[in-house]
Amino acid sequence: MAVDTMTHTSMAAEAAGMPRAKRESHFGLMWRRFKRHRLALVSLWIVIAFYLVALLAEFLAPTDPSAYSARYTYAPPQGIQFFSTNEDGSWRFFPHVNGYASEVDPKAMRRTFVLDPEVEIPVQFFIPSEPYMLAGVIPMSVKFMGVTEARAPFYILGADRLGRDLLSRLIHGTRISLSIGLAGVTLSLFFGIVVGGFAGYYGGLFDSAVMRIIEFIRSMPTIPLWLGLAAAMPKDWSALQTYFAITIILSLIGWTELARVVRGRFLSLRTEDFVTAAQLDGASDWRIITRHMVPSFMSHIIAAATLAIPGMILAETALSFLGLGLQAPIVSWGTLLQDAQNIRTLASAPWLLTPGLCVIVVILAMNFFGDGLRDAADPHGR
Amino acid sequence: MLGFFGKRLIAMVLTMWAVSFVAFAIIQLPPGDYLTTYMATLAANGDRVDPATIEALRRQYGFGEPYIIQYWKWISGIVLRGDFGQSFEWKAPVTTLIWGRLGNSILLEGLAVIVMWLVAVPIGIYAAVRKYSLGDYLATIGGFLGLAIPNFFFALILMYLSFVWFGETIGGLFSPGMETARWSPARIWDFLSHAWAPILVLATAGTAELIRILRANLLDELKKPYVTTARAKGLSEFRTILKYPVRVALNPLISTIGWLLPALVSSSVLVSVVLNLPTAGPLLLRSLTSQDMFLAGAIIMLLGMLTVIGTLISDLLLAWIDPRIRYGSK
Amino acid sequence: MPLIPMGDKPILSISDMSIVFSSPDEADIEAVRQVDLTLTPGKTLALVGESGCGKSVTARAVLRLLDKNADIQRGSIIFAPGDAEATDIVQLRQDSLPLRAIRGNQISMIFQEPMSSLSPVHTIGDQIDEMMVIHEGLKPKQARERTVALLDQVGIPGARERADAYPFQLSGGLRQRAMIAMALACTPKVLIADEPTTALDVTTQAQILDLLRQLQADFGMAMLFITHDLGVVAEIADEVAVMYLGDVVEQGSVFDVFAAPKHPYTQALMSSIPKMARKADRVRLSPIKGTVPAPRDRPQGCAFTSRCPYAFEPCATIRPERTAIGDNHHARCHLLTRQPAEAAA
Repeated sequence: MAVDTMTHTSMAAEAAGMPRAKRESHFGLMWRRFKRHRLALVSLWIVIAFYLVALLAEFLAPTDPSAYSARYTYAPPQGIQFFSTNEDGSWRFFPHVNGYASEVDPKAMRRTFVLDPEVEIPVQFFIPSEPYMLAGVIPMSVKFMGVTEARAPFYILGADRLGRDLLSRLIHGTRISLSIGLAGVTLSLFFGIVVGGFAGYYGGLFDSAVMRIIEFIRSMPTIPLWLGLAAAMPKDWSALQTYFAITIILSLIGWTELARVVRGRFLSLRTEDFVTAAQLDGASDWRIITRHMVPSFMSHIIAAATLAIPGMILAETALSFLGLGLQAPIVSWGTLLQDAQNIRTLASAPWLLTPGLCVIVVILAMNFFGDGLRDAADPHGR
Repeated sequence: MLGFFGKRLIAMVLTMWAVSFVAFAIIQLPPGDYLTTYMATLAANGDRVDPATIEALRRQYGFGEPYIIQYWKWISGIVLRGDFGQSFEWKAPVTTLIWGRLGNSILLEGLAVIVMWLVAVPIGIYAAVRKYSLGDYLATIGGFLGLAIPNFFFALILMYLSFVWFGETIGGLFSPGMETARWSPARIWDFLSHAWAPILVLATAGTAELIRILRANLLDELKKPYVTTARAKGLSEFRTILKYPVRVALNPLISTIGWLLPALVSSSVLVSVVLNLPTAGPLLLRSLTSQDMFLAGAIIMLLGMLTVIGTLISDLLLAWIDPRIRYGSK
Repeated sequence: MPLIPMGDKPILSISDMSIVFSSPDEADIEAVRQVDLTLTPGKTLALVGESGCGKSVTARAVLRLLDKNADIQRGSIIFAPGDAEATDIVQLRQDSLPLRAIRGNQISMIFQEPMSSLSPVHTIGDQIDEMMVIHEGLKPKQARERTVALLDQVGIPGARERADAYPFQLSGGLRQRAMIAMALACTPKVLIADEPTTALDVTTQAQILDLLRQLQADFGMAMLFITHDLGVVAEIADEVAVMYLGDVVEQGSVFDVFAAPKHPYTQALMSSIPKMARKADRVRLSPIKGTVPAPRDRPQGCAFTSRCPYAFEPCATIRPERTAIGDNHHARCHLLTRQPAEAAA
């Protein structure tokens, strides 16, 4: 009995004696914890790099994504070489790509390309180009890189069925795929916060009804549902209309997870002392929600939203791949992969699978980043 | 136990009703109704449209009447007569088209679930018991990759690799000539030699997820006092771990089937399209692109039902192996 | 160090045992320092101290149930059953046959929390049967018969039906009784009880203590009883060892230690127990001043230095020797060697 009481005092003293860090903002603290996850930090940089590519698509893409050339259908990747051998055998810095020597296979009646190491086409950086609008707002007339020789082929990652540059298409596809993920999550987040917030804050019948609906939606296989919804889109819709329609379709299911997170947070916060204190002070529900509750779990919401983006990107890719998502003139990773559906095509032009690699890298990076964020937001969570 | 069963059964019926409602809503989504489309196709094929047939169909499906009545006619046809309506593209009742393909879907998904468990359980146990060992790290990395690779992309890569390495195109579930044969050892062998690829693809993501969950669960359980009790009894380490913490850690894993199954059904649709399998997936895609809505609706509904039934089975299984749920303790 | 025999030969002797916990980020912590304890058949030794003093670690070390990061760095645990050769448990390999033959069979253990210490998904009967199946090679059916008899013996009503119950279907007291039945299934020679009554309410506590005392009389096993409750010590123990921050500061027969505590820590403990007294005779309880330092801040010398009212010059730096005070009564205190006369003052 005696020892019991002593244990208590010792524990209290331990708590009091703990070195208290000086008060830091919640996000400062989160950032400090996040930085300890090296993998998450690296992933953050990868994610930033991808979004920069998406933002600067017109500047980075060497050619117009829809510029075709019948001469170079299924031209293999040229790669890019930075050094060239002089006659005397020494090396010099000379970024270039090799030209193609094309042969016609008499049996298959198909043209095959072989890289010709003799032909060196110089690659230049920051070259002047036709004027364009970067991201639709900034007028520019310089491109990151390209070849200036007229009619010289430039296919670092190869060409597709119509002789379009895969790299340029990939860069533009990045913009669409990443932005649709972001847009879908934003929309889901909006639904999620509104529905989950109401359910969690008011509880009761509304809450249980919402929870049943969420459970139901989550127990349905998503792809058939998405397909059914996407198939109902009128065929004559413009690119922009399909884009938004797909975003809405994706978030019709995506909101459920976020709503669950928000509801759970609201539910656990509702009984916290600081909320009760605010209620006793006569603060309105709106003020309690926006000023007291939301800031205290903002970080969790951000982490959950980050973890939801990969699912959105995957879903868009899958829908477009099946031909029911974004349609042809729009370039996204999914529509690009659609070209790679046929095994014959794939066998002769395996580089058409590169968009899939981009998907994997982005998904991995986002997952690691999101995991790191979640751990940083909630160090005691799982 | 009976009360538990009854509650689950009622929940299942309600969910199925909701599924049917969603499926019907999707049938109704495209502009124009089935009959207009039907007449348009008939006219396009140069067939004469018999007004009597049209009138009979109109009455049967209640076209032009309120949605709720149309829904009633549709659902009662399904429940009472097993009539899912007509596929205008195939000019045949939907029922004759879907059962075989749905059977293939169930077979593939069932096998994928079994493979998932067979692979995930030993790896998950190993990763938890030898935490931070090389094997654990490999399992973690493999798990992340498995989750990040879109399954249809994985199928594409598999297809490409097998073509380049073995000069074979993988696809389908049976060799030509074997499709309609009776089940025999030869046919089973033929099936397995085709089905390994889709099963592998389907099982990957689920396996990764199961390993992750099992590892986390088991790590929690390994710290519990009852494990020490088991050791203190004189059990060997191997038996201690298998009989106690693993047994407890497996329980929540069974309930994951509930949300693993929807994902599995989803990915089987995609993978089947890529690998050209005679399952419900490609049929669904085709019916949706040609707006053959009764067929599409039936498939969406049945796929939904499949997951609902699967979830019920997993719930019952969980109750069967976990006394805490069976006897309603926390 | 000579151990004075108490008539009977000791069955378990822990001598000079130190246990070190290591972690990748922090310095090693010596949780138990040079502990000497002996258990005698039919007698109970109570190990008493605050939480974190190393008493549980000491108990678990006997069955080698410590976590991987704990290492018995020195000392020995000699188990000497009368009918077989003595073994040093410290030398046995983890998961080896000899160790497993001791665990549960010769030395068994009762844990603090009967709910979490029993598997939630196996029946009580299943968990008790297992003991006899692995150690005595009984068939499950025979084992179940013995289990029912055991459950009956530990006072579980309706033993046959209860054997098929799951732990969550029993009350805390019944669960602890089942746990005791399990520990006694193979009639062990030593029983280690790690705070077996802490999680129970007071009435149940008394019943469990009675049961343990009676079972000890029936089976004649030696018992190591871990507790933080001096009241329980007085009720059940023959001998007592007081631990403070990894050191056994004082040990001896319950009568000696309670009547004439020699170590300042023991003295402080005794004076912090409320006594029944008439109102006029009541004295204010005197709590021990200060708080237990964290193990890493433990003074090099006597661990109690920072809180000891009598601390003097050598205390902080030199570790006091284990000093005999009387018949089988030892303490570690510099006062005993310097000013034995004033120590009790």
